[in-house]
Amino acid sequence: MNRTLVIGCALLAPIVALAAVSLAWTPYGPADTTGGRLTPPGAAHLLGTDRLGRDLLTLVMIGARTALTTGVLAVAISALIGVAGGLAAGFAGRLADDVLAAALDILIAFPALILALLVVAAVRPSLFATVLAIGLAMSAVLARLTRALVKGVLAQDYITASRASGTSWPRIVTGHVLPNIWPALSVNLALQLGLAVLAEASLAYLGLGAPQPDISWGRLLREAQATVFTSPISLIAPGLLLAMLVAGANLAAQGLRLAADPALRVTR
Amino acid sequence: MTYLEVSGLTVRTAGDRTLVRDVSFALDRGDRLGLIGASGAGKTLIALSILGLLPRGLRAEGRIRLDGTDVLGAPERRLNRLRGRAVTAVFQESLAALDPLMRLGAQVAQPLRHRQGLRGKALRAAVVAALESVRLADPERMARAYPHEVSGGQRQRVAIAMALACEPALLIADEPTSSLDTTVQAEVLGLLDRLIGRTGAGLLFIGHDLAVVAGVARRLLVLDAGQAVESGPVAGVLSAPAHPRTQELVGTARRLRGALERMSP
Ligand SMILES: Nc1ncnc2c1ncn2[C@@H]1O[C@H](COP(=O)(O)OP(=O)(O)OP(=O)(O)O)[C@@H](O)[C@H]1O
Ligand SMILES: [Mg+2]
Repeated sequence: MNRTLVIGCALLAPIVALAAVSLAWTPYGPADTTGGRLTPPGAAHLLGTDRLGRDLLTLVMIGARTALTTGVLAVAISALIGVAGGLAAGFAGRLADDVLAAALDILIAFPALILALLVVAAVRPSLFATVLAIGLAMSAVLARLTRALVKGVLAQDYITASRASGTSWPRIVTGHVLPNIWPALSVNLALQLGLAVLAEASLAYLGLGAPQPDISWGRLLREAQATVFTSPISLIAPGLLLAMLVAGANLAAQGLRLAADPALRVTR
Repeated sequence: MTYLEVSGLTVRTAGDRTLVRDVSFALDRGDRLGLIGASGAGKTLIALSILGLLPRGLRAEGRIRLDGTDVLGAPERRLNRLRGRAVTAVFQESLAALDPLMRLGAQVAQPLRHRQGLRGKALRAAVVAALESVRLADPERMARAYPHEVSGGQRQRVAIAMALACEPALLIADEPTSSLDTTVQAEVLGLLDRLIGRTGAGLLFIGHDLAVVAGVARRLLVLDAGQAVESGPVAGVLSAPAHPRTQELVGTARRLRGALERMSP
C-alpha cells in the first residue's frame, strides 16, 4: 500500500460505511417527515431536516448507497463491454479494427452525459436505466483505451519471445496482455467510478434520474437549491460527500497504478 | 532429410516492397550457421519467417520446411506445436524480451508448464535447474526477481534458459549479445556454445559483427539488402571473400584487430 492509495481509500471508507450501515439501519425512515421542515442540526437530527421534513442524515446515507451502486454497476458494464470490445479490436485484422476504431471515435465525440440523456429518454427513467446509460457511454472510452493498450503490448518483444517458445494465444492474453494492460486499465476504472457517480448526480440534478422513491445526492442537491441560504447544510452534506467520493476514486486510481507496476513500486 | 530447409524465401510488404529476396539455406541438428549482414539487411525478418511470426502486413513466399512441416501457410495450431520444441529464439534486447511484470522464474516456467506439463515441486525444481544451467548464481533469488532488478547479462542468461528449457532441436539467436558489453558478451557466447554443444541443437546465429559470428558459426551466409550474396565455411569466406560486401566486413574486422594488436605492447 502506498500513501496515495491509503488517502484515496480513507476518503472512500466513510462513504462505504454510510452505505453499508444504511442497509441495516437509518436514524429515520426515508419518508418520515415528523421532524418538521428545515429543522437545524441538533440531537434529534444530527444534520437537521430538509424542506419536506425528512432527516438529512438518513437521506445522505441512502444517497451513498445509490451513488456506490450506480458507480460500481456502471463501471462493471463499462468494463465488460469496453474491455471485451477493445480486446477484440486489438486482435482483429486491419479492416475490422479500422471500422471499430472509427465507430468508437464517433461515440466518444458525443459527450457521455448527452449519450446517457438519450438512453434515459428512450426508456422509462429508473435507476437501472441510469446505470445502463452511464455504463454504455463510458464503455466506448474504455474500449478505445483497451485497444490502444493491447496494440502496444502486442508490439513488445516479450510477446514475440514468448510465442517463439510456444505459448498459445489464449495464454499470451491471460499471461502477458491482461496483466500488462491492467495497471493503466485499473486506473481508468477507478476514475470512471468517480465519473459515473458524478454523471448519476448530474442526471438526478437535471431531474432525469431515478423517479421519486429512489434517493440520490444529485436530487438532494437539486432540492437544496431553493433553501441554500436558509439551510446551507442540505446542500453542503451531499455536495461534500460527492466531492469526497470523486476525489477518493481518483486518488485510489493513482495509488493502484503505483502498486501494480513493480518498477514504480517504492522499496519497502 | 535436412531439419530446416529454406528455399527461395522472399518477404514483401503489403505495398509490394521486397525486404528479403530469394534466400535459400539449410540447417541441420548439430550444425551452426552464421547469418551476417548490416542493419536492415533482413536478418530478423528471416528469423521471424522461420518461426511463423512475421508481423501483420508482411508476406513470405517460397518454402520453409521445418522438421517435415511446411511453415509458410501452416495453421497457427501446427506452428505452435513446432515453436519451443522444433525451433525457438533468443532476441537482441534482453530488457524488451522479458515481461516487465512477471518474475523471472515464472517466465522460465511458462514453456516448462505448457510444453512438458510440469507442475508444483517438479516445475520449481526444473526452473531452478534451468537457471543453474545458464550459470546464474543464486537461482532461487533470481527466480523471484523482476527483469528490471537484474543486469543485462543476467537477463540474457534468463532468456537463454527460457529458450532452451524445452531442449529445442534448433535455436535462432538474433544478435543475442549486441546489447551487452564485451566481457559479458564473451561470457554469454561461451555459455551458448557449451549449451548448444551439450544438447546437440542446431544454431542459426544472427549478427552484424563478423568477429563474433565467425567465432560461433561453422558456415556463414552473408546478407546484403535482403539478398544472400555469399555463403560457405567460415574459413573459406574469411580467407577469400568474393563479394564486395563480404570484403568490407572482413576488412572492418581486420582493421579492428590490427588496431588492437598495434596498441598492445
Ligand atoms: N513490419 C514491417 N513493415 C515494413 N517494413 C519492415 C517491417 N519490419 C522490418 N521492415 C524492414 O525490413 C528491413 C529488414 O528488417 P530486419 O529487421 O530484418 O533487419 P535486420 O537485418 O534484422 O537489422 P538489425 O541488424 O538492425 O536488426 C528493414 O529495412 C526494415 O525497415
Ligand atoms: Mg534484427
